Amino acid sequence: MPKEHANWSPYDNNGGTCVAIAGADYCVIAADTRMSTGYSILTRDYSKICKLADKSFMASSGFQADVKALQKVLSSRHLIYQHQHNKQMSCPAMAQLLSNTLYYKRFFPYYAFNVLGGLDSEGKGCVFTYDAVGSYERVGYSAQGSGATLITPFLDNQLKSPSPLLLPAKDAVTPLSEAEAVDLVKTCFSSATERDIYTGDSVEIIILNASGVRHESEQLRKD
Amino acid sequence: MFRNQYDTDVTTWSPAGRLFQVEYAMEAVKQGSAAIGLRSKTHVVLACVNKANSELSSHQKKIFKVDDHIGVAIAGLTADGRVLSRYMRSECINYGYTYESPLPVGRLVVQLADKAQVCTQRSWKRPYGVGLLVAGLDESGAHLYYNCPSGNYFEYQAFAIGSRSQAAKTYLERKFEKFTESSRDDLVKDALFAIRETLQGEKLTSAVCTIAVVGVGEAFNILDQKTVQALINEFEISGEEAPADESAPEQSGGAAPDQSGAAAEEEAAPMDI
Repeated sequence: MPKEHANWSPYDNNGGTCVAIAGADYCVIAADTRMSTGYSILTRDYSKICKLADKSFMASSGFQADVKALQKVLSSRHLIYQHQHNKQMSCPAMAQLLSNTLYYKRFFPYYAFNVLGGLDSEGKGCVFTYDAVGSYERVGYSAQGSGATLITPFLDNQLKSPSPLLLPAKDAVTPLSEAEAVDLVKTCFSSATERDIYTGDSVEIIILNASGVRHESEQLRKD
Repeated sequence: MFRNQYDTDVTTWSPAGRLFQVEYAMEAVKQGSAAIGLRSKTHVVLACVNKANSELSSHQKKIFKVDDHIGVAIAGLTADGRVLSRYMRSECINYGYTYESPLPVGRLVVQLADKAQVCTQRSWKRPYGVGLLVAGLDESGAHLYYNCPSGNYFEYQAFAIGSRSQAAKTYLERKFEKFTESSRDDLVKDALFAIRETLQGEKLTSAVCTIAVVGVGEAFNILDQKTVQALINEFEISGEEAPADESAPEQSGGAAPDQSGAAAEEEAAPMDI
């Protein structure tokens, strides 16, 4: 008896791409602002980045309803942490929390492809990359989402030393300067926009360093 | 006369229609160290006396942040107070999660009161032995509530609970009419004066008291020791009475029992408050 398949799916893919790069004393987190469904565009101006703590920003592509739910759960958990410990969560702690939260729904996952970026307790940039069920790794840079396959090989080429492909791993962070890293991110998105229909409109960039947070935005092709 | 026969159980009424266990719980509040609260149209200030068990130990934490817009000061069994604060925090987080907006203070105190009432009607429980002064801000303005172990709650312009709170209440009764229009700083000063009343002669320093403020444009925060000490110095030098709104710089002549240390500053410089 061939199995009957569902004519309804609880999931949808809203597309989009997320990137994060860790520097010696900064971290860049970026995501495009296009939200799609099927071959249609829902909106050109939707933020996929969420501030989870003073030094942790999460960018997520995938099913935005699940992303929103995930962001709310993590924000509430962070509030509880602050009440109990009287301080903000560190980025590595948030990384573990995100992993546990995702695995909690191992058998009905959050359809969210996450990149967590921030500063660790020493002030160095850190980037953590996840799959939908919480498997994670600290890396020097990462891309997730519909444009990830276009961006990742380019970053591997440009950011040799923090590449997870090198053995032994040389560096967790790139030696690039903050301005160079931001420029690299803009280049990644411009290129991905050319070939990925789900990436475009504009890119929202967050730069985190010792002095605080900075926002940048760059217009992308809208076709 | 019948107190001893009807006070074993919280679920036993006395012939006079009283629940003695509940009243004993309110007694526990009166034994705790003082906590006071006062509010204006835009701000609420909580203050409490922090007595440490001995010189070697740390002070009891009696003021808790519940959310950005709500804080609570407790008097009585501080352990019970901590548990209730945790409940309040949890309620605020859940409400914020569901409605993406801050929990209105009036709703929170009702939930708290209902929680306290449960303990007055179960034979296997005991009432919470803590009084809570809940200070908060919501769309309808600034609020100060007092929650009793009995499950009652009242809204106040200003109130004091705990030991020697009557002295503070007397002070507040004299001054409360002008609180609505008070500025934030005047409110804090009045709070410090009220605390001083409960100390009855003992020197007021930032080591024995804690002050917290919540208001329009100001999330609930506990003032740090240095700020509090600076405020204490400001008004203690300028004289015994809190200056009336005319901000006339009072000389420190007249009865000023707590001239702090280095005296000789009889002619205090006009304070620009």
